[in-house]
Amino acid sequence: MALIEVKNLKKSYGSIHAVRGISFSVERGEVVGFLGPNGAGKSTTMKLIAGHLRADHGEANVAGFDVSANPIEAKTHLGYSPEGAPAYSEMTVREFLRFAADLRNLPNPSEKVKKTLELCRLNEVAHQTVDTLSKGYRMRLGFAQAVIHDPEVLILDEPTDGLDPNQKFEVRRILKEMASRKAVIVSTHILEEIDELCTRVIVIAHGEVRCDESKEAFLQRGSDLNEVFRKLTA
Amino acid sequence: MSSESSPPAPRATSAIWAIFNREFAGYFRTPLAYVFLAVFNAFAISLAFFVGNIYEAGVANLDRFFLYHPWLWAFLAPAAGARLWAEERRQGTIELLLTWPISVWQVAVGKFLAAWLFLATALLITLPIAFTIGYLGDPDVGVIVSGYIGSLLCAGACLGIASIASALTRNQVIAFVTGFLACFLLVLIGYGVFDEFIGGLFSPTIIEEVRRIGLWRNLEPFTLGLVDLRPVAYFLTLSFGGLGLSTIIIERR
Repeated sequence: MALIEVKNLKKSYGSIHAVRGISFSVERGEVVGFLGPNGAGKSTTMKLIAGHLRADHGEANVAGFDVSANPIEAKTHLGYSPEGAPAYSEMTVREFLRFAADLRNLPNPSEKVKKTLELCRLNEVAHQTVDTLSKGYRMRLGFAQAVIHDPEVLILDEPTDGLDPNQKFEVRRILKEMASRKAVIVSTHILEEIDELCTRVIVIAHGEVRCDESKEAFLQRGSDLNEVFRKLTA
Repeated sequence: MSSESSPPAPRATSAIWAIFNREFAGYFRTPLAYVFLAVFNAFAISLAFFVGNIYEAGVANLDRFFLYHPWLWAFLAPAAGARLWAEERRQGTIELLLTWPISVWQVAVGKFLAAWLFLATALLITLPIAFTIGYLGDPDVGVIVSGYIGSLLCAGACLGIASIASALTRNQVIAFVTGFLACFLLVLIGYGVFDEFIGGLFSPTIIEEVRRIGLWRNLEPFTLGLVDLRPVAYFLTLSFGGLGLSTIIIERR
């Protein structure tokens, strides 16, 4: 069974059709790269799957649970890091993760926080407040809250945006470590990331899926990925 | 369906408790909370002594102290409640809250109770005035207790209104001003300020009914030691009505 199943999702903001009938599914072990220009509908699609927005039409299932009909069950199996990795600025890193663990009612929350701090290499900033973190640490914290409960489904909206090469390497390393046990969707503008991280590519433009294929098939479209991207999203 | 490794869905009480703890602690993470408590205390005491002349009146009760509480809550409850949802929207953390396995109503209840407890803390700090009255005279303790209960309920009602204003915008200043104006209107209605405007349109019976929805009209019985069902229902309706409406606003975002 697919861990993420999206059927004919539609979402409009007033007269703007952000998502126009998107369908796809993601199996365990797949890391799907979401590509598309700004305003293509990537984030909206992710928000619809994560239950942040309600779809006007269609269905999104996470781990077999309909996000609209059984939101709590669906979200229990989901880890989601929104664009920009928002977090409570006045809390310390440790407090924020503890809050996430408590809200999810995780058993042994202190242990979960400790393990997540280690996994995401956040120990050295554990006592710092969020507003004093560098962008790299902040993005890792966003990632950390999304994986603290070891979810089956992971949705990450531009998790490496604005990071330096070392920080990008760190996030990708952590993601690769756990990817085989999960269904993952990662949105990105960095085309090189597809080769390093993903097993499959979905290109979205104007609220529609323009391409849904394996990484290998996508990379064979041409040697210049920027050109491939431009053609697909025109 | 789901794998055995995933945790069960959280209980409502644990989610509310986690939100409550974070929110209540959040008030004290900035100096603003202490400023708020000091301002409330200073105004509550000053108004009672210098405007209400509680000392010169020579009567051992606190009705001149509670008389100004609707004004204070109309200003300070929206100040404390403006951050409830507006801050989440500004920081983007609302996206986390709405994608964690908790219901909007659980978040709303946790936030509301934390803010209400914060207002109760402000009220608690004024207790020395009750002890002073007890030292100087022989007041009816039951009347003082019912006055405090009434004031706390009045604070909850203003907070209910403030939470609606906060759910409507990401700007805390707009949330505060909107909440304050709505609460201020409820204070003025109780004093019959609009009687002249509506006097020609409605019968005296209707005007009297309108005045009944004023904050002071409903707080007054408590300050006399009367805990009637009607004012209790009035305050709770505003509190939980506001809570419910803010939940609906966030859910329909």
